[in-house]
Amino acid sequence: MTASTSSIASRLEAAIGASQVTADPAVCADYAVDEIVPSVIAKPVSAEEVAEIVRFAAAENLAIIPSGARSKLAIGMPPSRYDIALDMTGLNKIAHYDPGDLTLSVDAGASFNDVAAPLYKQKQFLPLAVPFYFQSTIGGIIASGVDSSLRQAYGTARDFLIGAEFVNGSGSLTKSGGRVVKNVTGYDLHKLLIGSLGTLAVITRLNFRTFPLPPEDRGFVASFRTAEEALELRRLITESPLGPSSLELLSPQLMQLFFDAGKNSSEIPAAALDSLLPANSWHLCISVEGTSEVCDRSVRDLTQLATQASATNVHVLGLDDAEGPDLWHYIGQAVPMLLEASPSASIFKIAQLPSRLGVLLAKLSAIADQAALPQSLIARGCGVVYFALLPPVDDSDCLRRLAEAASAIFLLCAREGASATIPWCPTELKRSINIWGHPFTLSLEGRPDLALMRRLKSAFDPQNILAPDRLP
Amino acid sequence: MNPSLIRDLKKLLGSSAVLSLPEDLLLYQYDGSVEQGRPDAVVFPSSTEEVARIVKLAAKYNVPIVGRGAGTGLSGGALARTGGLMLVFARMNRILEIDIPNQRAVVQPGVVNYDITRAVEHAGLFYAPDPSSQKSCTIGGNVAENAGGPHTLAYGVTTNHVTALELVLPDGEIVRVGSKHGDAPGYDLCGLFVGSEGTLALVTEITVKLTRKPEAVKTLLTIFDAVDDASQTVVDITARAITPAACEMIDGWTLRAIEDYVHAGFPMDSAAVLLIEVEGLNEAVAAQAAAIDEVCRAHHAREVRTARDPQERELFWKGRKNAFGALGRLAPSSYVLDGVIPRSKLPQALRRIQEISQQYNFKIGNIFHAGDGNLHPIVLYDPRDPAQFDRAIAASNEIIRYCVEIGGALTGEHGVGMEKNELMPLIFSDADFDLMRRVHDAFNPDSSINPGKVFPLGKGCGEIRVRTQTAQTGPRA
Repeated sequence: MTASTSSIASRLEAAIGASQVTADPAVCADYAVDEIVPSVIAKPVSAEEVAEIVRFAAAENLAIIPSGARSKLAIGMPPSRYDIALDMTGLNKIAHYDPGDLTLSVDAGASFNDVAAPLYKQKQFLPLAVPFYFQSTIGGIIASGVDSSLRQAYGTARDFLIGAEFVNGSGSLTKSGGRVVKNVTGYDLHKLLIGSLGTLAVITRLNFRTFPLPPEDRGFVASFRTAEEALELRRLITESPLGPSSLELLSPQLMQLFFDAGKNSSEIPAAALDSLLPANSWHLCISVEGTSEVCDRSVRDLTQLATQASATNVHVLGLDDAEGPDLWHYIGQAVPMLLEASPSASIFKIAQLPSRLGVLLAKLSAIADQAALPQSLIARGCGVVYFALLPPVDDSDCLRRLAEAASAIFLLCAREGASATIPWCPTELKRSINIWGHPFTLSLEGRPDLALMRRLKSAFDPQNILAPDRLP
Repeated sequence: MNPSLIRDLKKLLGSSAVLSLPEDLLLYQYDGSVEQGRPDAVVFPSSTEEVARIVKLAAKYNVPIVGRGAGTGLSGGALARTGGLMLVFARMNRILEIDIPNQRAVVQPGVVNYDITRAVEHAGLFYAPDPSSQKSCTIGGNVAENAGGPHTLAYGVTTNHVTALELVLPDGEIVRVGSKHGDAPGYDLCGLFVGSEGTLALVTEITVKLTRKPEAVKTLLTIFDAVDDASQTVVDITARAITPAACEMIDGWTLRAIEDYVHAGFPMDSAAVLLIEVEGLNEAVAAQAAAIDEVCRAHHAREVRTARDPQERELFWKGRKNAFGALGRLAPSSYVLDGVIPRSKLPQALRRIQEISQQYNFKIGNIFHAGDGNLHPIVLYDPRDPAQFDRAIAASNEIIRYCVEIGGALTGEHGVGMEKNELMPLIFSDADFDLMRRVHDAFNPDSSINPGKVFPLGKGCGEIRVRTQTAQTGPRA
């Protein structure tokens, strides 16, 4: 431990108590972000303590990165500085839950599971079953800005986050929004926190509207020879009166990964996925919910539409059946599964207008083939694609090919009017590629909204001590 | 105003696009609220480039600017509080692109809200946010205020339906934020600008989502003999997790005023009605309507009427949407509030409003979005009596204070503007104001765009010297 590290730790201890501060290098290593290890970990238990720590850091010009369960800390560019890891899991209470109002106010460090349980008791839920949700904190889910397949029906966090409390870079505890479902009092600053990766403020509390659990739900999988045919069914569904709760296109490679996962699972499912669904196919996986009459009608209509779109196979899953939860769990956790599938998995998040998805998917595939990299993808009905390049090894040749493919994908997306970022990739790759994509590497002149984002960053965090340079 | 600025503006836009005579300006000193603020000149740009040039000219002459759509706002958001230049978007009223497959429309700010729906309904789509003024209010104003409406209960407010904006910043720079697909990387700038009440930038182009029309709609008019029963019904509908597309409440007194005016067939002797709409698949609508019927009857509804056909549905809604106009026949002026409360507190809030009505001796009508707790008490008064105006404001403030006390907020959809800015400290601390001010200054550092709004005058944006025209000329006569 260096002298300066020990003095940071001891002064932090004076502020919030020794039990909440550690400079043990072994522990600090667990909080590394892109291989950069903080000097000290502080674990506040109140918003006031968070403010105290941020004021201390501002006075000493130390950089802070807040984190929860650290399941999504890999998202972002490497921080330019990182002194204090702010472990938010000590702020973990449900501050307010009024089932009758369908509103919830929860500390940022509360785990998703701890929040989901009392909601479930009241037959309610938060549509935030994002990648890693089972180990995530609510604050981490919001700060990382990840989405879930349920956005098809429920939207993303920006549609149901109704207020927040947070500590800005000056160490002031501030708030926006409130605990009511409709509110235009003051600027919607809480929306800025979604996907901000801790760069604007340390989130201490979040207010949501909650949703009633549907009485029933049903899964429907249609299989196709080509992505184009599967996308045709997507189009037919969006032009029908049906309102599916999720609508996900899986590439043949991704379904194969799910088949394999099913085989390796310790619990043997009632019927293995690969006996129910054809291999080497594109699959459109749809969930519907409502009364049993609504579910029956939806499945009937979906079957008809799938035939119209030349599906080679359709399969209905009661989501209570053994195979149902498996497939839907896999769909929700496709990102972690893909990350495990390769030592240098790189997963792009690409957003495109749905009508142009077919062209985009074909070109993405060609880029992966050209780079001789295995690929896999899941595309949401709204046009958001998670496209994975999965090199079998992590040697320098693979990294070079990843970097070339990434440049080609950024260029392709810029030409196609899509946006592309790389939320998950090896730290190594970030040394040659800006994961925020092609537009962000343009000059400020070509990307004026980037200048606005930087102005906002300065307004929230004038000294640039919060997760510096993780966002462009 | 500097005559050479007027000259420059006429040179830039043509004289038909510039108004500066006092008789021409009179109309523009009002909106739908009780506030006033007269601009020194009004200009009608036809393009984003003209907006940018006007903004630069105004900056050169150090004159503040306020943007305005149809002037139907209810918080003074589009009034020239400190005089200066008013930029009216009436000529920027083109729908630039309709993209049916991707369910998007790109429109100029002067497009009337309902005209978007009219342009896309042939494809089975509509634009969901539906403020009562939707046949006259513009989408630019909706974006500024983050406007709502009855059906936002199911569909969300303006911010949930806007994916991209083109902006002109106070220095004349043109910037695009968000994206047509709606998943732009980086901070959610679109989410910040929607609802910023024109205090950060001028919006010159808007990309909106289009929504698929439901297969079935059922409109229920439920009639109660006691206000408490009606409000308990709303609480119970929410608590039982029934999500209607709209759930509106009208009290008996307001109902009678509407019926005299609109002849919607509302019962003249009831204490309150709920106008509830359910939408979706045929099967879903049938089940929801049955569940709502059951809740209403459990709370002693006298009658549950279902609209027999689209014409009757239209009539029910005509009654609701013309309510403010109907009340205008009863008193020379009215003051519409917009407080929002946790939905479970509806019965006690309505009782408190009744008490305040008696205490101040004002008739206060209630017609509002019950389903999301967004109250619209309407205080009727005679503005020719200045003491009455002051009392009306005092009664209104007491209602808003109560909303905040029980966990609510100042405004659900009308905006803060220059009407509620002095009440903002009921919600926000000095630290909150400081951050909001820093965000404001990041875009609009000299308060050259829409000064004197949102922030309390003591705590906001630099040194704004505000001519309080309301105090000088009295409330709207």
